[in-house]
Amino acid sequence: MKDIFQCSSILKDDSIRHAVGGANLGRSEEMEDKKSIEIKYDHNLEEQKRPKVEVELEKGKKEVFNLEQLKSGGYIRQRQKDLFTVRLRCPGGRVPLEKLKKIAEVAPKYSKKDYVHISVRQSIEIPYVHYQDFAKLSEDLAKAGQKVASCGPRVRVPTACSGCEYNPNGLVDVQKLCQEIDQKYFGIQCNHKFKISLSGCPIDCFRTNEMDLGFQGAVEPLWDEDACTGCRICGYACKEGALTNDPQTGKPTIDISKCLYCADCIRACPTSSWKEGRKGLVVRIGGRHGRHPVNGSLIAVFLPENKMGEVIEKVIEWYNDRGKGRGRVRIGDLLMEKWQDFVNFIKPVLGEYALANSERPKFNKIHSFQTGWMPENPAIEA
Amino acid sequence: MDEKNPAAHLDLRGVVCPINFVKTKLKLEEMDTGQVLEVIIDAGEPIANVPRSIKEEGHKIIKVDKVEGHFRLLIEKVG
Repeated sequence: MKDIFQCSSILKDDSIRHAVGGANLGRSEEMEDKKSIEIKYDHNLEEQKRPKVEVELEKGKKEVFNLEQLKSGGYIRQRQKDLFTVRLRCPGGRVPLEKLKKIAEVAPKYSKKDYVHISVRQSIEIPYVHYQDFAKLSEDLAKAGQKVASCGPRVRVPTACSGCEYNPNGLVDVQKLCQEIDQKYFGIQCNHKFKISLSGCPIDCFRTNEMDLGFQGAVEPLWDEDACTGCRICGYACKEGALTNDPQTGKPTIDISKCLYCADCIRACPTSSWKEGRKGLVVRIGGRHGRHPVNGSLIAVFLPENKMGEVIEKVIEWYNDRGKGRGRVRIGDLLMEKWQDFVNFIKPVLGEYALANSERPKFNKIHSFQTGWMPENPAIEA
Repeated sequence: MDEKNPAAHLDLRGVVCPINFVKTKLKLEEMDTGQVLEVIIDAGEPIANVPRSIKEEGHKIIKVDKVEGHFRLLIEKVG
């Protein structure tokens, strides 16, 4: 029992992570850390003390597990006795056709239904799977390299839009960054779930303000007067009212405080008078959806892509440290409480890209009929 | 390339996005490289979107004039 429970060191190897699920893939001895973020014990398992049951996972092969452990392996209990939904790992919602074919081939073998479900975080889920089939199902999927995802208190599979690869609005290759995050950080244990998403542009389809950590593409416009013919197209292209064209000459002036860094002016300009300046990621932290959504805080602008990993690592380090002994708490709650501490911690990491006047995350009240719950001023550090 | 005498004309006043762009694109496909197309489009959405799309197709916008609430674009076919 102990070894299942205290899978406490960092769960970087996939087989290890799934071993926590107790169901499949054996329990590899190689707990090789790819990253050196220190991960503490799983508060949830320890605190909740869910009942453990001995079950026959395969014929003649009994093992002890509990439901919380199954969730950590991407197996989600259903209403129906002994049946589970198996969540697959589909980072960025990009599913190579070979994997898709394998999923379509395998699902009817183990699912009692004739469909898959697409989760709100872009992953394919196979419902109505009996727990005795877990091992065989994941073995079959592995033949096409398809992995099972993870739930519970850990870094989840990251989500992303198509980014700049083929979306005309995209500014940053967020698919590439998403795959990188999935490879390096998926499955790291935290106090609670930790969701990362990426949007390629300020339209922010992937709602980076509602994520524990979000990255959104942004480009600063720079104007070259010599190339400008005063055609006024930029003034029409700007949806934010940041650009005004002189009534006589047509030359633009920009009110940068209104700019969202979407690059519409750059794309519209016929003479390339508007050019790309700094390009990078807007960083948001501490958001969530759910019963009581929290609007995440914007903490950095134009963060270079190659600094993204360092920011993720430091944020998780802060979260796991400040979350010690706090049980199941989202990073947004800790941030509301210890905002100044976080700002002091993260500023050196963000450097020149840090936003000067960032504000702590705030609740976004959606149940307007409800009174008495909303802490208007959450407990704030002294 | 002749700015004064465009090889073709399209009056797309009252034509909405993206039909105005599609018509422009189809007309350009009929034309020869280096020839100039004159297009008249509305202010608002069309002027915000059509030049951007033409540019993304690789053509060159050589002149933009504002004429009584409309825009006159001269587009040189590239490629």
